[in-house]
Amino acid sequence: MAVKVMIPTPLRAYAGKKESVEVAATTVGEALKSLTDQYSELKKHLYSEDGRLRSFVNVYVNDEDIRYAKKDQTPVRDGDTVSIVPSIAGGKGN
Amino acid sequence: MSGYVLKLRNDLAAKIQAHGMETYPHECCGAILGRDGDGSREVLDLLPLANRRDDSPRNRFEVTPGDVQLAEKTASEKKLELIGWYHSHPDAPARPSEFDREHAWPWYSYIIVSVQSGRPREMNSWRLQDDRTAYESEAIESPAQSASI
Repeated sequence: MAVKVMIPTPLRAYAGKKESVEVAATTVGEALKSLTDQYSELKKHLYSEDGRLRSFVNVYVNDEDIRYAKKDQTPVRDGDTVSIVPSIAGGKGN
Repeated sequence: MSGYVLKLRNDLAAKIQAHGMETYPHECCGAILGRDGDGSREVLDLLPLANRRDDSPRNRFEVTPGDVQLAEKTASEKKLELIGWYHSHPDAPARPSEFDREHAWPWYSYIIVSVQSGRPREMNSWRLQDDRTAYESEAIESPAQSASI
């Protein structure tokens, strides 16, 4: 089951400068695990210390946000595209 | 010193300041479009965006994933790259907060403009370190007139 994971420009330096990486997976969670097993430097930019996806990191299967599907258990099929899109957040703090 | 340099024309810097004045006392935000070369990065256009943090716009900003995708598409149509983001800090210094750090990625340039009592003050650019522990300053330079043609 080959799934294409699109790598956002800021993270390509941690993924062999690739625009996309093909992985074998049946769920989004497996796809991202396979990706971060291959490119371990990606992990800290996608996941927080507690192992959860960072709040500003959004993942889509084709055009569907996995938060509104089955999250990391969202199934993926051969030929699907997984996209990682950040929300840009910040602010002065207090 | 990090060695990072961001070239930013005065008219584009003025546009960021004007956006910060316009939304004061709320934070403004927008996308930075340009070109990233070996050791040299230049801002060539800006895409002002709406601050989606309706609940706390005085000290927070948010660009939704939809707006991020819009910025990427706009950059691509203009044959540019989405190289970073700008936002304002109303009545606060142009330094990244802890909240900024937690929500950033490396590589992007993050321009912050301080707006004090409605007037723009200093503007700084920052890049998150690879290990996510801190930002490095990115020097903002105005490109030479001849280089912008």
